[in-house]
Amino acid sequence: MAEYKYTPESFKSDQQVKWCAGCGDHAVLNAVQRALPEVADALDKPHEKFVFISGIGCSSRFIYYMRTFGFHTIHGRAAAVATGVKVANPDLSVWVCTGDGDSLAIGGNHFIHAIRRNVDLNIILFNNEIYGLTKGQYSPTTKLGTITKTSPYGTVEHPFNPGELAIGAKATFFARTVDAEVILTKELLVEAAKHRGTSVVEALVNCMIFNNKTHASFAADKATRAENTITLRHGEKMLFGANKDKGLVLEGLKLKVVTVGEDGYTIDDILTHDAHTEDTTLHCMLAAMKYPEYPVALGVIRSVETPCYDTEVEAQVKSVKGSSNIQCMDDLLNSGETFTL
Amino acid sequence: MEQQNSLLKDVVIRFSGDSGDGMQLTGTLFSETSALAGNAISTFPDYPAEIRAPQGTVAGVSGFQVHFGSAGITNPGDKCDVLVAMNPAALKANVAFLKQDATIIIDGDSITADNIAKASFATDNPLAELELLDRNIIIARITTMTKEALSDSALDNKAKVKCKNMFALGICLYITDRTTAHAHDYINAKFGRKNPAVAEANNLVIEAGYNYAANNHLSHNAYAVEPAGLPKGKYRTINGNVATAWGFIAASEKSSRPLFCGSYPITPATVILEELAKHKSLGVKTVQAEDEIAGICTAVGAAYAGNFAVTTTSGPGLSLKSEALGLAVMAELPLVVVDVQRGGPSTGLPTKTEQSDLLQALYGRNGECPVPVIAASTPSDCFKYAFEASKIAMEHMTPVVLLTDGFIANSSEAWAIPKMADMPAINPPIAESSEQTFMPYRRDSRHVRSWAFPGVKGLEHRIGGLEKHFATGNISYEPANHALMVATRAAKVAAIVEDIPLQSIMGQATGELLVVGWGGTRGHIESAVSQMQTMGFAVSHCHLNYLNPLPKNVEQIFAGFKRILVCELNEGQAASYLQGLFPQFVFERFNKVEGQPFTVAELLNAFNEKLS
Repeated sequence: MAEYKYTPESFKSDQQVKWCAGCGDHAVLNAVQRALPEVADALDKPHEKFVFISGIGCSSRFIYYMRTFGFHTIHGRAAAVATGVKVANPDLSVWVCTGDGDSLAIGGNHFIHAIRRNVDLNIILFNNEIYGLTKGQYSPTTKLGTITKTSPYGTVEHPFNPGELAIGAKATFFARTVDAEVILTKELLVEAAKHRGTSVVEALVNCMIFNNKTHASFAADKATRAENTITLRHGEKMLFGANKDKGLVLEGLKLKVVTVGEDGYTIDDILTHDAHTEDTTLHCMLAAMKYPEYPVALGVIRSVETPCYDTEVEAQVKSVKGSSNIQCMDDLLNSGETFTL
Repeated sequence: MEQQNSLLKDVVIRFSGDSGDGMQLTGTLFSETSALAGNAISTFPDYPAEIRAPQGTVAGVSGFQVHFGSAGITNPGDKCDVLVAMNPAALKANVAFLKQDATIIIDGDSITADNIAKASFATDNPLAELELLDRNIIIARITTMTKEALSDSALDNKAKVKCKNMFALGICLYITDRTTAHAHDYINAKFGRKNPAVAEANNLVIEAGYNYAANNHLSHNAYAVEPAGLPKGKYRTINGNVATAWGFIAASEKSSRPLFCGSYPITPATVILEELAKHKSLGVKTVQAEDEIAGICTAVGAAYAGNFAVTTTSGPGLSLKSEALGLAVMAELPLVVVDVQRGGPSTGLPTKTEQSDLLQALYGRNGECPVPVIAASTPSDCFKYAFEASKIAMEHMTPVVLLTDGFIANSSEAWAIPKMADMPAINPPIAESSEQTFMPYRRDSRHVRSWAFPGVKGLEHRIGGLEKHFATGNISYEPANHALMVATRAAKVAAIVEDIPLQSIMGQATGELLVVGWGGTRGHIESAVSQMQTMGFAVSHCHLNYLNPLPKNVEQIFAGFKRILVCELNEGQAASYLQGLFPQFVFERFNKVEGQPFTVAELLNAFNEKLS
């Protein structure tokens, strides 16, 4: 492991952060700036190898606040632009900052295809369940029935669960955090960066102005989060609650919340989290858990190793270079059928 | 057929049959044989959008026209001297393309009640119904004779019948006094190792066709032409799409920037992506994106990361790419967008040619969004203009739109192979590692910013689609700054005029009529104008390749003529563009929107009308 001795300051730009006071994005920015010194050492990547790409929306302003290479692109297309950056130079550590509208509505296609290809990108999906920058219209993750400016009588469309969508597209890495859990967020970002392939980190963030407290029922404060969320860790029992006495078991094809020591359930009955299993079934069920029926799953829900698109592209170029007798343009121009007059 | 005593200057042969009959291959092999014999060639495939439309119907007819000759072969020819028709539908589809004294070779086995019905003839005599009885008609039982030639072959009946296109090829090689050597070489290379039985069968049938023509006293050289006086050297045949792809690879080599292509398949541009995907040995990376937008966006990302990036498309795809093209303008990144134009609007005529995307290329974006626009004008000069577009993009840090069209993309011609040592250098303004705060939008005297790649120490910076401060590159909403940046982006594109050649003119610098064309119509217009010049008319031809900026001297050229006629395959887009720039002249128009190239004959009519 290299030692670059970077600090969070090393990654802060001189630009004034212009998000609203109390916006959840501040906490994620803080976590990213804390994670990067660790990531730089873990991946042996100096400062200039970090690139942040964003789309359009409040969270996409993120890149201006980082003292890294940054490219603020157009609405929905960050994943596609980032794919080009990473394929062009696989040596870079490429991060995508995007929101629920940016990635799941206008950019839905690029989101699922980046995941399908398993490009080595770290996608931070800021999910506040609302369009903030356009001032309060419902998004593809807004809860059914929510009243917004474009749904004055409540929405009549069902939201996406980003975890189900990503894992359904065979994401090789999916993790979830909430804005207030800065330490957890930092930890997940480091894991995401180490993962080779598309990492999706869903950050549940609050929008004070247009969708205040949308995650509050399970994320409002420490005590609520202890009872109403479960932080999954690979190889550990799926336990939660302030006393770690509640857990998840599988009954038939459904997950069930039980209390250890009650109704005949013992610790041995509680599921052990296997983030590395290829099969998506349980990962999808965990990602889909909704409060109040279930605790909301945080942590690394899925992390499996499969080849990355960008390194495969590079490997193919290298292998064909080694075997082809066309090594320069003059070779190509004179290859195949030619004739001399 | 009477014996021809003297060699002809040029001949047009059209091969036509069902989509599955192998007419494109037959035509290609014939063209290559002609090129090898020293003829100038120009070819044009005319095929339907459907892959295999119902057999025997007019909708399913696939054609391939080749024009070969000793000189002045600038286009595939208006009408054909020889039509090979593999069925009655092919006859019906091509009746408009026959010269008055044309020879028609038709597969006699195909003239059945069933095929006559499929081709929707009203009577049972297609030749009479189409009023072709006065032509030179050869009804050859091609299918039967193909099967007979293969009576000893182990192939099944279906595989034997598939060889019938080679029988037609054999006939045509005989009547043009060509050898069958190249066709055999191709067949042996293609099937010899993998499938010797198929190779042997095709080889037998080529000879059978050749011998049939000889034994039936078809004139051995009725359609023989003299070799062209092409300059000595090494040649190959090339079509516009492959030439475009190769131009990009050449630019990548000259700039030492790896080539990246992000694209989505679309007719008629797909071959460029396919061609680039083959050349990984030259470091080419291709991403077949999930859609047109991702195609250009991956390219923009690759350009940001320091690759020479291109994206390839046709009209509908250019519409989808317009927002991201605006981003490349704003971020001032090098990028080439190729639009292989086809008939529009909407899905339009996917396999047919048109020039109706010029105004989209010039103006089809939000905001004040200037983009250099360059148009290639022949199949082989796609190489040159793809290279030029790349050079301008990288040296001026701007996206460039390269316009080609379905006609030159699919047509091919003989091409003198260039040497890379003779191609100009490409010097992108690459930023070097720095200890000082890097200013991404600092410019040189041509208003060009530098290209700073992620991964280079000290160059960390942020760019994006929001308006930037002129000096620092930070987001700026200041009114005066926006006006300055709009003017600067325009000045940057305008300054490219210093790096492009002066406009040339074919003919005298003054006269009665200046014919102005642009892009893929060059061959037909050149042919028509030179015929007028031979007849003594004071007509000149000015063919534009650089549409934005225009060469410095176009105004002076326009001033030399009494009338100016802009000929284009649209409703007058270049004419209205020029009219706006040069209101002191009158730009008259000659337009065609039929999905087909101009014919020389209709151009001659148009010129005569203006001169009378």
